[in-house]
Amino acid sequence: MTPGSPTADPHPVHEAEDPHLAKKKFLHDAAEHVRDTSHRAFVRKALGGYYTSRDTQKARYRDWEQARDAASLAKWSAVNRLDELLPRFVAAFEANGGKVHWARTADEARDIILGLLRAVKAKAVIKSKCMTSEEIHLNAAMEQDGYGVVESDLGEFIQQLRGEPPYHFVFPCMHVRRDEISDLFGKHLGTPPTDSPEELTMIARRHMRRLYVDADVGITGANFLVAETGQISITENEGNARLTAALPRVHIALAGIEKVVANLDDLAVLLPMLATAGAGQPMTCYNTLYAGPRRPGECDGPEEMHLVLLDNSRTAILADPEQRDSLHCIRCGACLNVCPIFKNVGGFTYGTTYQGPIGSVITPHLRGLADWNHLSGASSLCGACTDACPVRIDIHHHLLHNRRNAARSTPNRLERLGHRLFVTVASRPWLYAAGGAVFRNTLWLMKKLRPPLLRDWLATRDLPPAPPRSFRSEWRSRS
Amino acid sequence: MARVLERLGHACEFRPAQTCCGQPSFNAGYWDEARTVASRAVEVFRGAEAVVGPSGSCVAMMRVFYPQLLAGTPHEAAALDLATRTFEFGEFLVDKLDVTDVGARFPHKVTYHDGCHGLRELRIKEAPRKLLRAVQDLELVECDEAESCCGFGGLFSVKYPMISTAMAEVKGSSLVRTACDYIVSSDPTCQLQLDGWLSRQRQKPRTIHLAEVLAGADT
Amino acid sequence: MTTNGLPSARDTILGRIREALRLPAALPHMRSHAAEAAAASGAGLTILPADVARPWLPDGGETPAERLALLTDNLAKLRAEVHRVADAKAATALVAGIARDRGWRKVAWHDHPAVEPLATALSCETQQVDAGAFDKNALEACDAGITACEAAVAQTGSILVSSGSCGGRALSILPHVHVVVVSLDQIVATLGDALDLVRSHHAGRLPSMLSFITGPSRTGDIERILVLGAHGPKELLVILIG
Repeated sequence: MTPGSPTADPHPVHEAEDPHLAKKKFLHDAAEHVRDTSHRAFVRKALGGYYTSRDTQKARYRDWEQARDAASLAKWSAVNRLDELLPRFVAAFEANGGKVHWARTADEARDIILGLLRAVKAKAVIKSKCMTSEEIHLNAAMEQDGYGVVESDLGEFIQQLRGEPPYHFVFPCMHVRRDEISDLFGKHLGTPPTDSPEELTMIARRHMRRLYVDADVGITGANFLVAETGQISITENEGNARLTAALPRVHIALAGIEKVVANLDDLAVLLPMLATAGAGQPMTCYNTLYAGPRRPGECDGPEEMHLVLLDNSRTAILADPEQRDSLHCIRCGACLNVCPIFKNVGGFTYGTTYQGPIGSVITPHLRGLADWNHLSGASSLCGACTDACPVRIDIHHHLLHNRRNAARSTPNRLERLGHRLFVTVASRPWLYAAGGAVFRNTLWLMKKLRPPLLRDWLATRDLPPAPPRSFRSEWRSRS
Repeated sequence: MARVLERLGHACEFRPAQTCCGQPSFNAGYWDEARTVASRAVEVFRGAEAVVGPSGSCVAMMRVFYPQLLAGTPHEAAALDLATRTFEFGEFLVDKLDVTDVGARFPHKVTYHDGCHGLRELRIKEAPRKLLRAVQDLELVECDEAESCCGFGGLFSVKYPMISTAMAEVKGSSLVRTACDYIVSSDPTCQLQLDGWLSRQRQKPRTIHLAEVLAGADT
Repeated sequence: MTTNGLPSARDTILGRIREALRLPAALPHMRSHAAEAAAASGAGLTILPADVARPWLPDGGETPAERLALLTDNLAKLRAEVHRVADAKAATALVAGIARDRGWRKVAWHDHPAVEPLATALSCETQQVDAGAFDKNALEACDAGITACEAAVAQTGSILVSSGSCGGRALSILPHVHVVVVSLDQIVATLGDALDLVRSHHAGRLPSMLSFITGPSRTGDIERILVLGAHGPKELLVILIG
């Protein structure tokens, strides 16, 4: 019996309908979430430990900034030679005995995987953490086809039981309290209540063990695809991915085409930095390179290994040289951890697979600029994300680029008129000064009338009285 | 700002032809419109030995973004040149004039708010602190969210007001916890946001601009 | 091409990639001179030289003594249990004692000169994973698994195991306790060095799985509180011989 899992699409916004629906939902959810002060405080507290560990680990590097340079160059070299490196990876992986499948879209990827499950007559599927599978809504499709799917990663398992998507792509249930987890396990697994994280983890461990042993298909993601050797690299802490790729007869891996790195050397930089930036650890517990299915002479391991390579608009991002570096993302989640927007609106408000700053950059490319540009607008552009990114993606500037692209392709007429009006005034100093005078003399009235934008400010913040004179007038008086 | 610079023996001029750096339109994505304003601004400041501004965000716009915005236009060279001569006030004193003690006195407990443009676009962190530490009778403390955004972000503050307010709340609470008398800032827009929230919340501290402290605004 | 003449998904994607890359992207904004020089030297698209990256990473130790100290220090921080013994005989006695004290009823192992003597000296039931057909249910019932390793990395406290030389994939991940035997001459300074070893040792014939194990299994998913033994081994015992 599959633990309660959603059959409905967790992202119900449909592009074909009202294009402003996503934005309306975002504004509604954001407003609701900021009111939940205890939730915000809980998440903030959870992240406090991360900042401390991260800083401790960064201090171990001889030069963290130079290491970031190296990491960013490693990904830059790979992405900008994808035409050469992706075929090289595929040839090496196939020489190792692996099978590669190419998917242009999410639909194609789902069909390929469902096809494989049918072909191998799968009965029980175990999954380890794979954000790409979230992106293509794989679980819902597998369930619809009658496959019992269990998420083996503890955080993902908890979210599966809750019927929620991951809250954060590295810490899927960071918003959930231990008593809620205890109730959840009690309801779905029949276990007695406990407030010990250790006991709760052991409950999940015991529950999963049979599932690993009995599963005939294991589905994983991949953090990196090493072109030099044809190996896929998987980073994790729990060991569930290792088990998912050890015991079942068939291993299916799903990865975006941008996951390529040129050679093994790159992992010497990227693996520690992924762990440090993502989780404040020197290295995660298990960093595993899979070359293909079990080799002759090896005593265990899958008989078949399939890798599904996904495009799903990644080539569109690749074709934009200005934002191509957003494909360098190693999905560490550091940008989420430092983002004041994320901390205040929470992971679900984004309404899409990839949350936080990097999610706000790529989602308009993956799902449409007109529908999703509000994610780029919902930012003060503080730049904390760009500072945190181990591979130096220009994240906050890309939010600006998205805004510019949206203003060009689908301008808001009224807004554009407003800006043109402002520019007209700002191009004529006498008019600008006159405008300033009008502003200074009517602010008291505006505060009473509360026109739209001013009203939003005054709802929660005061405004000082207008200064009696303009600066230029004061300056004139000096001399 | 002028008072401090003149006290140090530098001649200041104000060019009345200047209006706005154009950041609001730039941030909203209306780059063509922003370009009109930027082209003008670049001409207004032609020939000035140094352009000093009391706002991290305006200076960032001119130094960091004008060269991008005006790339490929006849004003590109002028923008690149202007970028070498434009400074935020605190950084100008410390990094260009090599001055940290301007002879000011300000007998209060203060904390410094790192405005995001100043901190992350202009890489300013130590300059304002060096200046404040040299002020007579001033006690400088750090708040635990010193580098957190105040939540202004230009039009973001009114387009996404609930998020902006939540950010002001996080930052403001941290500032209040320092039990300071004043919050020193190098960005008037941050001041607007923080004072707006602090005042509505009836909290004691208010912001004060770095230049006011250094000019000896003794209240 | 597919049989009906339409481009295959592979051809479509590779075609899109080639088309997209016709426009060059700017280099990332870098802070260091070394990286800028390395990038500039190749006039655009270069492979990052390994020695550009390595100086900036955490220390791996200059001498064997430093590396050993760093390794044991890191392992301790990771909450792995470290035992230092002089030779294989001492290791055998140690592990037999631990198995007795902790009440291990069944221990899995694989056929390797460093492991075999330890396993055969145990008084409890043992399960050799590479003798005949692999029995995953029998392995699941084991309290501990003993493996050899390919290398130990001082820089990170990681132990490198392979499906080829360390008893397959499941032995080092399914039992509740993982006992790994490391000889001092297997210690390398950095992750980069371990990867070099992989390249040279397995050239042309990679094992299907290579895994860097850095401490016992763990999770922080519940309120960001660290718990050991999420799914993989709850305990990691490192026996350093030499």
